[in-house]
Amino acid sequence: MVKNALTTLLIWLTAILVSGVFVWLLADIIIHGLPKLSWSFLVETPKNAGRSGGIGPIIVSTLLILGVAMVTAIPLSLATAVLLSEFTRHDSVFGRLVRRSLDVLAGVPSIVFGLFGNAVFCIYLGLGFSILSGGLTLACMVLPLLIRTAEEGLQAAPNEYRLASAALGMSRSATLVHLLLPAATPALVAGLMLGVGRAIAETAALIFTSGYVDRMPDSLFDSGRALSVHIYDLSMNVAGGDASAYSSALVLILLLLMINSIALSLANQWLHRSVVTA
Amino acid sequence: MSHFINNKSEQVDKSNTDDAYTLGPLQVGLPCCMPEPLIRVDNLSLHYGLKPALEDVSLDIYKGCITALIGPSGCGKTSFLSVLNRLTDLIPDCRISGNVHYDTMDLRHPALDVQRLRRDIGMIFQKPVPFPLSIRRNIELPLREHGMSKQAGLNDVVQQVLQDVGLWEEVKNRLESPALALSGGQQQRLCIARALALQPKVLLMDEPCSALDPISSGVVEDLIQRLRGKYTVVIVTHNLAQARRIANYAGFFWIKDQRAGCLIEFGQCKQIFEAPVHELTAAYVNGSRG
Repeated sequence: MVKNALTTLLIWLTAILVSGVFVWLLADIIIHGLPKLSWSFLVETPKNAGRSGGIGPIIVSTLLILGVAMVTAIPLSLATAVLLSEFTRHDSVFGRLVRRSLDVLAGVPSIVFGLFGNAVFCIYLGLGFSILSGGLTLACMVLPLLIRTAEEGLQAAPNEYRLASAALGMSRSATLVHLLLPAATPALVAGLMLGVGRAIAETAALIFTSGYVDRMPDSLFDSGRALSVHIYDLSMNVAGGDASAYSSALVLILLLLMINSIALSLANQWLHRSVVTA
Repeated sequence: MSHFINNKSEQVDKSNTDDAYTLGPLQVGLPCCMPEPLIRVDNLSLHYGLKPALEDVSLDIYKGCITALIGPSGCGKTSFLSVLNRLTDLIPDCRISGNVHYDTMDLRHPALDVQRLRRDIGMIFQKPVPFPLSIRRNIELPLREHGMSKQAGLNDVVQQVLQDVGLWEEVKNRLESPALALSGGQQQRLCIARALALQPKVLLMDEPCSALDPISSGVVEDLIQRLRGKYTVVIVTHNLAQARRIANYAGFFWIKDQRAGCLIEFGQCKQIFEAPVHELTAAYVNGSRG
């Protein structure tokens, strides 16, 4: 009896602790970040190393880097996941090799990706410190995550669909497009959100690749400062930049929430359409 | 309780009137007086990896007839069906030897157009597998894949096959609603309609009634009887009474020496059930073994 009560208490305590940390973090950011947050903060350029002014160019750079990363990573990861799940046997040497590599890659610290991106994209391919280099580096970083979640989503699609579809004389690509991918959509979206979250929070890899110029970028070949880099810079290198750092952190969280909800609603709409209409 | 049962059976009687179907009246007995083999299987053996699943099976499937395959679980009946529409291609490590001919085609020929073949030889699974699409899309999707794109033509086919399986009256007002919302028996009839839409010659059915309740099972069984003559049906069933009711021919499979499935006896259904030659068959159909 006592033991039971103790266990219950322990479980409740851990749950409260975990949510408490989250609430504290969020409250801290909101309390410190909200006062400075305004429309002008969102659109103006940073002044005085970010102590005053806004974060307009930084939001633009962040979205561009994220855009490059996702435009590169989504088709690549989808294609790889389809290859792994539908066109190679699960226990084949090739499949095992690719999966193992992906798992190792997923665990590699982001600073290593940063060095790699710097060496390959900035120097070897001559892209320099640019949004393109940063985006491509982030793409490499989120690829393993996207591929494994997409593959698991496809594998979880009922095998009966594959059999029934083949028995109707439908090609494997048609089965994939009309049946398996829609069935895997929730998993694809979940993976995408994790990937976006990881990419948008990345600091270390971007310092080496997209740089920290805080001007408005003219093209993808310009250097651009991401929000996370901005926050890091303000809180570490700029005395008196804490208020701006908090506001930027709040914007980062809001941005993430926004992207996630847009992805979710798009996926829902698409699923709904594919189920109901002709 | 008894009131409930009466109520149900009344409903079935109503939906089973012949005019609900366009496949024609129920046929019982043996219309196949001139047996003409459509599929010929000679010395078929099948291995999954090193494990034998079927050994030395030879039999003919007669055109327009219902052929029932009976026998205990794991004796290779489903594997046998999968050979006939080359669904075995999807199973890695599956090795087949022997000869299988459909009409004049060699079914094991590597250059055979498998997608074309599967249009001719459709398959119905134990668990109904409607796709997570609307009722209409379930039937249209394979048709579109096979190059039929005119909406008017598609509408006609959808109505025709749904009438064929006696589902039209039940779903005509909700063709756009999800197929997964249908009951189990309706789902299975939709799957049969979907297969019929491709105008197959042969239908392979892998225990099509065993996942259904007795009433839906009866409806599907009637439907299968209506297919006789127009289609060649090969049905795997564990329900001996059902096999006896609907089949013209029956094949009895058994696991030999704890190893591989093989065909013990094949013949007219009446003979298999009433005068089996092999003692194993006799024991099985009498219920004293298996």
